[in-house]
Amino acid sequence: MNPGPLSYFLVSAFGVGAVVSGWLVFRTDSMLRAAYWLMVSFVAVGAMLIVLDAQFLGLILILMMSGEMTIMAIFMILFMMNPAGLNPMTMVHQHRTSIIAGVGSFVVLAFVGVVAEFPDRPVPAGDATVALGEELLGRSMLVFESAGVALLAVMIGAIALAAKQGRFGDAYDGSQEPSIDVETEDRS
Amino acid sequence: MIDILLVVGAAIFGIGVYGALSQQSFVMIMMGLELMLNAALLVAITFWWASTGGNPAGQLLVIVILAVMAIEAAIGFALVTAVYRSRKADITEKLKKLRN
Repeated sequence: MNPGPLSYFLVSAFGVGAVVSGWLVFRTDSMLRAAYWLMVSFVAVGAMLIVLDAQFLGLILILMMSGEMTIMAIFMILFMMNPAGLNPMTMVHQHRTSIIAGVGSFVVLAFVGVVAEFPDRPVPAGDATVALGEELLGRSMLVFESAGVALLAVMIGAIALAAKQGRFGDAYDGSQEPSIDVETEDRS
Repeated sequence: MIDILLVVGAAIFGIGVYGALSQQSFVMIMMGLELMLNAALLVAITFWWASTGGNPAGQLLVIVILAVMAIEAAIGFALVTAVYRSRKADITEKLKKLRN
């Protein structure tokens, strides 16, 4: 199926939106806003999936990431400094190395994407969601169920890790904030 | 159109790499990882759409990536909570030393 001009326009617009909002995640002063910019990036990618005939997965992505980013925003308020962005925030390390790694990975991957030849076998016209449903409940049911079992194991593990009453007693016992200022420690 | 999609995926992945390597806050590092998985998800659907003739196993791969994203977030948040309880630490610099 050849994409029409509307598909080109929508994919380009949502693509620019996904990249710009992804970049703003690390440029905003507020961690809370960072969580919501990440959600915007996911919503834009979800919209691109819908344009690419993967309607079910696009909507699942939007639904799932909206919930996850809301939980992440709550974590920002609970644990992190400066959630409201009232002061300028720059919490970075190895900045130059990170920029080189990010730009380098973009250049290499984009070069491969533009130069390499990929098989031209587009999705045929029809309902891809029906085909996915038949795959999930047929040949690939074991993979689908395995993902569910993995998520159950993760729920149990996450509760064990985050529980206040840990395996060796209260998790706060002996808790001490480490200093990051070495000179101050030496003087004391 | 596959070129546009792969370049967008590469850009999102590059931003994720930058974020995961540069940020000090645990949750911001997780955001970088999520962006990288976001790019993987977009590229997987791009190849499914353009090169597999509609094989539904391609969409299944994306469901596995979605499960990995959920697992990463759940374990990440649990670890952040556990580290904060035991060390009162919310940035990586506070975990440079194993004692005090």
